Amino acid sequence: MKLRAIVLNCLLIFKAENSILLRKQTGTVPCKRKNINKTKENKMKWKTDDGGWSPYLAGALLGILAIASALATTNLLGKTSYLGASTTFVRAAGVLEQTVAAEHVKSNKYFTKTKIVVNWQFMLVIGIALGALISSVTDKSFKLEGVPPIWEERFGNSVIKRAFAAFAGGIIAMMGARLASGCPSGHGLSGMMQLSVSAYPALILFFCTGMLTANLIYRRTS
Amino acid sequence: MSTDQWLGLVTGILFGFLLQKGRVLRFEKQVGAMLFKDMTILKFMLSAIIVGMAGILILSDMEILKLSHKSMNAGAVVIGGALFGIGWAVMGFCPGTSLGALGEGRWHAVFAIAGMLCGAAVYAEIYPFLESTVLAWKDFGKIGLPELTGLSQWIIAPILWGLFIILFIWFEKKNL
Repeated sequence: MKLRAIVLNCLLIFKAENSILLRKQTGTVPCKRKNINKTKENKMKWKTDDGGWSPYLAGALLGILAIASALATTNLLGKTSYLGASTTFVRAAGVLEQTVAAEHVKSNKYFTKTKIVVNWQFMLVIGIALGALISSVTDKSFKLEGVPPIWEERFGNSVIKRAFAAFAGGIIAMMGARLASGCPSGHGLSGMMQLSVSAYPALILFFCTGMLTANLIYRRTS
Repeated sequence: MSTDQWLGLVTGILFGFLLQKGRVLRFEKQVGAMLFKDMTILKFMLSAIIVGMAGILILSDMEILKLSHKSMNAGAVVIGGALFGIGWAVMGFCPGTSLGALGEGRWHAVFAIAGMLCGAAVYAEIYPFLESTVLAWKDFGKIGLPELTGLSQWIIAPILWGLFIILFIWFEKKNL
């Protein structure tokens, strides 16, 4: 079946070429152009319309990075570390709090358990911002944006409104992530890869309540 | 900087680069998935999981690296997971992608990051209370699916790969 399709496409291209030649000779408009475009669309797409990479390709490469990173941390640091992000927010909060209330931080039970250090994961989180900057500047997708388009469509272009929601959402999300001891990186990527029991209900819940909330926020009454 | 910090930074840069190339950092992609309009982030995540799972499981079978499960603390995972989902939808970013979004110029991520720092501080404050309540309810320990089900990981993993690929085919069919 595939072979037949290829032969047919070749014939169509051949015909179209011919009609271009014909047009040159007789001035008629070629009519088979559309077919050529269609065969191009049917090919596997490595690039998305917005200039990014196919999510399957970028995702598979991230899978390789996760393996390489687990190997590198095991061999170079003596402890296998998996990709994760949310613990770093606790450490960063601790660093900030230390500057105003050092004694209080010292006596806090959680901060004694999760030591305030700028470690592998802390630098990983900073690296994410740098990597995204490099990628977006080099492919010209870097864009300053104060209010995301979907938000603007629903709630207008007030930065203050958006800031308030992002801030409140951030508080709730981080408390949830710490309680569940992971976010979409730690549970979703690293936990699911390792077949951890906790990762599967966690990710399913992230999505279920996320979908419910998003639909409540953005659903049109009309 | 120590080896530990350098290694983290390099890994993070590559992580951020791939997140940006996959276009999963954006508010509209994250909210799009929750509104069931754009499944880019699921395609990206599940592809990473398929590839990563194969490598991690083979290497742990060869005893080259160790798995590190997070504790299956029932109350904490359920309540924490549900809370995270609500916050995620309102904020439009997750902890890792907020920094990446800032990197690609979406500066409103700053407010999300500030909120998450506050949330982390609040969590540290209420930790003693949580420790004696939610966290003390039912802890199944740091277990994996093979231990839970008694099945080999090489039976569970192919089942999951199959499920993920069926999802991909469905997403492509529905043009999500």
